[in-house]
Amino acid sequence: MTALSALIRRDIRIALRVGGGALIGVLFFLTVVVLMPFAVGPDLALLSRLGPAILWLGALLASLLTLDRLFMADHEDGSLDLITMSRTPLELACAAKALAHWLAAGLPLIVATPVLGLLLNLDMVATGAVALTLLAGTPALTFTGMIGAALAVTLHRGGLLMAVLVLPLSIPVLIFGVAASQAVIVGPVTFGAPFSILCALSLVSLVIGPFAAAASLRHGLD
Amino acid sequence: MTLIDLANPTRFLALTARVLPWLVAATVILLTIGLYQSALAPDDYQQGATVKIMFIHVPNAWLSMFVWGVMSIASLGTLVWRHPLADVAAKAAAPIGAAFTFLALLTGSLWGRPMWGTYWEWDARLTSVLILFLMYLGLMALWRAVEDPSRAARAAAVLTLVGAINLPIIKFSVDWWNTLHQPASVMRMGGSTLDKSFLIPLLLMAIAFTLLFVTLQLAAMRNEILRRRVRSLQMMQASQRAA
Repeated sequence: MTALSALIRRDIRIALRVGGGALIGVLFFLTVVVLMPFAVGPDLALLSRLGPAILWLGALLASLLTLDRLFMADHEDGSLDLITMSRTPLELACAAKALAHWLAAGLPLIVATPVLGLLLNLDMVATGAVALTLLAGTPALTFTGMIGAALAVTLHRGGLLMAVLVLPLSIPVLIFGVAASQAVIVGPVTFGAPFSILCALSLVSLVIGPFAAAASLRHGLD
Repeated sequence: MTLIDLANPTRFLALTARVLPWLVAATVILLTIGLYQSALAPDDYQQGATVKIMFIHVPNAWLSMFVWGVMSIASLGTLVWRHPLADVAAKAAAPIGAAFTFLALLTGSLWGRPMWGTYWEWDARLTSVLILFLMYLGLMALWRAVEDPSRAARAAAVLTLVGAINLPIIKFSVDWWNTLHQPASVMRMGGSTLDKSFLIPLLLMAIAFTLLFVTLQLAAMRNEILRRRVRSLQMMQASQRAA
């Protein structure tokens, strides 16, 4: 237990310090959202209708961007080998690393959402709905993305290949995340049904992600 | 003859060399009968002649999921039992599965234009099959991204098993989300709702396409084994020349 909490604290500390790159994700998120009005035109009514979708897409891309480094940095300096060889089960270590990554890179995205909601002409309720769905949905993005990060580090290939592998897996999260936020804003379905499915997706990925990532690390690193 | 006897690639090559001609013949005969029966099937009272697209569409759609199932079992073979031919099977199946999925999407789209009035609709079944297609392409990209086949095999096996979650979603998408695509009518509780004049050609075509998959799969596995032999011979030659 102490090993895991030490791992989490270490990862968060590294991510927040110089060269960690956790806050780059927020900056990227902001840039994507600011780009949107240039693409669709500064029509406030249209922006507020597209708002939840834009915020979700931005958060998805931002979390994908930062996930690339989840195992790569540890692999380069050799600490990933120490983690795989330690007595702590690799599945738990993977889960701890993903949790630390979500705390350092995922939570700031959610904190930034209200500000970005203002830029997209979303009212209080809509912004709250998007933030709530992001809070429930981004763990799923991190934990499924971790599988791609583990594959990428064992293959010494990052970047585009990881995006191609991970993005199809994140489509269900995107669908239900946007559906739940839209349900609050325009109806006609209730908020509860898509939101429960979103929570279920997060819980399932919480179970599957660490096992798949640990399996690919164990089989891939040699 | 058990699965472990086939672990020897030479024995596998010898066996498939004997079996393949029969499989090819059976596939050709069944496909001919199936296509003939499909052509003889009566027009639907609502859909007219377009109902015949179903005889191609449904077997392709079944196989698109069946092939991923085969790849999942092969991936278990790679990760758990370290069966030497499992990753050959998984690698050979991916492009074939992608082709079946693409044909299912294409024929469905061609049928949808006159019947639904649109080539594409973001319906649950269509979307989940499109995700399956993207995952096939991602898997093929993964196989191509790594030079060492055994390393690529283990990574691809993990991804295949994770992607298998999509199969029940595709199967039950028409029941969970009541959208445009019609629900299951052949394999369902309480028997098929399809009329015999449609059901028999459909089942014939399904068997014929499954045989087609088995034939293509075995041929592709043979090619893959031979390709690996050529690769290792070339590497041996190169290292001898260097020495």
